[in-house]
Amino acid sequence: MADAPKLVNLTVDGKKLTAPAGSLLIDACKNVGIEVPSFCYYPNLSLQGACRMCLVRVEKMPKLQTACTTVVAEGMVVATDNEEIKQARKAMVELLLGNHPLDCPVCDAGGECELQDMTFSYGAAESKYMEPKNHKDEQQWSPVVFFDRPRCILCYRCVRVCGEGMDVWALGVQNRGVSSIIAPNKEDHLECEECGMCIDICPVGALTSGAYRYKTRPWEMNHVGTTCAHCADGCKTTLGVRRADEGMEIVRGDNRDKSGINNDFLCMKGRYAFDFANHEDRLTQPLIRKNGKLTPSTWEEAFELVGKKLNEVRMRDGGSAIGVIGSTHTTNEENYLLQKFARAVLESNNIDHHRTADFPALAAVLSGKQEITASMRDVYNAPAILLIGNDPTEQHPLLAWQIRNNVRLHGAKLHIINSEPIKLRRQATSFTQIPVGAELNAASFLAGDDSALNAITASASRENWAALRNQLRNTENLVIIFGSEIRGAAVTAVTHLASSISGAKVIALADYANSRGASDMGLYPDLLPGYHPAAKSGLTLPQMAENAKSGKLKALYVVGSNPLARFHLDSQIFAGTFVVVQDMFLTETATIADVVLPAANLYEKTGTITNTCGDVQIVKKASEVNGPKSDFEMIVRIADAMGYDVRNLVPFGRGETADMGQSRGAQSGEADRHAVWLQANNLEPKLSPFDPMAIFDEIQRLVPGYRVSRLNLLSGNDEHTQLSQSGPGAKHDPALIVPAHDNLFSSGTLGRYSRALNSVMENRNPQPAEVAAD
Amino acid sequence: MRFSDQFEKRFAEMLTHYPTKRSVLVPTLLYAQDEAGFLSDEVIAEIAQRLELTELDVNNVISYYSMLTTKPRGKYNVQVCTNIACMLRGGEELLEQCKDRLGIGHKGTTSDGLFSLEEVECIGACSWAPAIQVNYDFHENLDERKMDAVLDSYRKKAI
Ligand code: SF4
Ligand code: SF4
Ligand code: SF4
Ligand code: FES
Ligand code: FES
Repeated sequence: MADAPKLVNLTVDGKKLTAPAGSLLIDACKNVGIEVPSFCYYPNLSLQGACRMCLVRVEKMPKLQTACTTVVAEGMVVATDNEEIKQARKAMVELLLGNHPLDCPVCDAGGECELQDMTFSYGAAESKYMEPKNHKDEQQWSPVVFFDRPRCILCYRCVRVCGEGMDVWALGVQNRGVSSIIAPNKEDHLECEECGMCIDICPVGALTSGAYRYKTRPWEMNHVGTTCAHCADGCKTTLGVRRADEGMEIVRGDNRDKSGINNDFLCMKGRYAFDFANHEDRLTQPLIRKNGKLTPSTWEEAFELVGKKLNEVRMRDGGSAIGVIGSTHTTNEENYLLQKFARAVLESNNIDHHRTADFPALAAVLSGKQEITASMRDVYNAPAILLIGNDPTEQHPLLAWQIRNNVRLHGAKLHIINSEPIKLRRQATSFTQIPVGAELNAASFLAGDDSALNAITASASRENWAALRNQLRNTENLVIIFGSEIRGAAVTAVTHLASSISGAKVIALADYANSRGASDMGLYPDLLPGYHPAAKSGLTLPQMAENAKSGKLKALYVVGSNPLARFHLDSQIFAGTFVVVQDMFLTETATIADVVLPAANLYEKTGTITNTCGDVQIVKKASEVNGPKSDFEMIVRIADAMGYDVRNLVPFGRGETADMGQSRGAQSGEADRHAVWLQANNLEPKLSPFDPMAIFDEIQRLVPGYRVSRLNLLSGNDEHTQLSQSGPGAKHDPALIVPAHDNLFSSGTLGRYSRALNSVMENRNPQPAEVAAD
Repeated sequence: MRFSDQFEKRFAEMLTHYPTKRSVLVPTLLYAQDEAGFLSDEVIAEIAQRLELTELDVNNVISYYSMLTTKPRGKYNVQVCTNIACMLRGGEELLEQCKDRLGIGHKGTTSDGLFSLEEVECIGACSWAPAIQVNYDFHENLDERKMDAVLDSYRKKAI
């Protein structure tokens, strides 16, 4: 640890305070609750000193000073609030409004605009300027970024966040003085990562979002804090929802309150690609195949049929004739419930999911040892990072953001080993290119096996490799991040390297929102929740397909997964299998199903999900589409339809945390209050068989790594789970891992139904102009 | 993109003067413009690449300085000062006269490509106001007659 910074004493508005030497006056004031207004100042971005809103009087200094660029000094005496300062700020606002249209009643930012707030505070809405205001029409820079020039107050936050924060540098300033204008990189449009950070950070309504603009006002929405449904990084997001004909519609996603692991970061997907939820192709009614055609039915009919058929198969052919494929987009509770349902109700261990990382191998090395998994927060604070494989800029936008900003703000050292010259090499201290598929060799060499070097030395000399290894071995608190290129034996090698370095930690990268949860909750034929071996191993996904082909698999229950498309399976092989699919859309797999049950998505339910690092977070019900049910409810209903006592499936209405005993005696009021609190947090009291928190109780009991602070979790914070407390894990065939290869603008099935993502894609690949035939 | 040897020599030398490459941008742009006449997309791309900047960045710097241009200019760029000293001594009239004689306005270029006209702020020749600058040459203490003569001399020079 670095020494604690020296403190200096200063006086602000008569208040004595101390602040770390080298810190900025504006921050020192903020820390003691003295608000100094600012536009251009933004924490963690370079200083601009452009807006002059933060003017304060510092004794012994000539003229008013900008608090955002003044460094605190011993004995400084500062006034932030007197007539002189008020007048100065008022004049600044007046200048800013010189060309501002003041069209607050129609502006997107109205109600949450920093300029509006300042104008109210300083009362400068009336202007002494007689000149006509400069006007420019609104421009569309990309499918999601719009620019309304007259509203811009030239704070340059957008320019800095795009360049410094995103390392995209797509925005700039053209001209000078009053005619300065924010300009996109391709003259009249943007070619960028479309992250919307610039829109989010704009203090006024100059940059607006294609998804949200002119749709609603901030005070007309409900705001629900939940977790992003796309990649495996687990950004916290606040969804703005409003009533719509078919339920509740999401109109906005951001993380303005900077809570959670991602601060205010969201990528294109988190910020705009919630629109799959309200896509008109959403299934809203159960479908049953009748005379060869999928026909709408009632829920009762569907559950009855599924229950009857599954029971038939189980009794006639045994549980081993039934397969279950789980999802990487359902909650931990649903995943847990699904495997319990498979094992207890269907009596089958044939359960699997689309695997994108080798967590069982990691559990195998860590089980019972010291915990060395890193959280997403560690990535931002680690003194050094080793990244093997993967391209986080495309596949793990938050991780890439954490890495970039750790390098920029804390001077972290980044070492990259990759077969491609990935973009993060721009931040790297060392970049070593290796042949495709040589990750295991690299890992083995770093772990100490000199003979592994032969396969990789073509790309760099032996001395360089040896130097890199030496350097890494001497880097305390190194965080090692590896992509799915590292599987099986390579995971062991990397973990050995980590355990030989004091304080080193690891992160395995998987691809989807709850890939880690699917793995932790035992969606494996041979592993129970917490990586404990199953008594008897069932079939893997490819084996289920084999068995379907040979007629041995009589029933298949697919929850939120599209194996037909993902694993390029021939639809004919399921001709003799009774297939039940729970999904949002009529996917390739759903089209061959006998029963399709419309499912709710992660934005429409409550529960927990775990990001690729093992940080578990809560998801809360934000939106709603009339019709679909949560996977949780459907699993329970099917069990019920099979005649199974659902009390044995979901421990509701009993258990330590589910006890509503406060309703008795002196504590009687508590139950009501408890219920009100639960409702307010979109949870139901555990009195129903559909309460995910009842299952979370069971998870916490049976998976020790998940014994995290419940209170913290429910308050919307991330809690790091422990892999070292898991069972012995397993060695799996590395070929079972199939990377999703999603990029910034794709997201599996969800992405296919997101207009926002597709519009960017179309924008990227313009159709070639048609050439006349003659 | 090829520049003259002299340009290359200057460029290489300038790079050694500053801690970051970016610092040589402005003089590089000016020298490039002197050679190529204006800053074409090709020139911008070349300089951006040499200095490891985005083209957007280079464009933005160009847009900041009015003496840098991305459009072809006439052979002789007539810059008429209308700032305070020159204005008091007839600068604005000179500008009008140039507009009439050349048949172009502020930032315009004659169809024969010989002259461009620009109204500029103080060129630092206030003691000899009114003054104009043609490319890098100054013409001072002008009046209507002298102005005509200046323009004539350039026209002659071109033939
Ligand atoms: S959307 Fe993101 S990448 Fe594009 S300009 Fe804005 S900040 Fe930059
Ligand atoms: S567009 Fe917004 S963020 Fe960018 S400079 Fe203008 S006001 Fe600031
Ligand atoms: S980085 Fe991942 S979790 Fe974060 S907003 Fe993007 S897709 Fe969602
Ligand atoms: S916040 Fe200090 S100058 Fe803008
Ligand atoms: S005012 Fe014209 S040269 Fe100074």
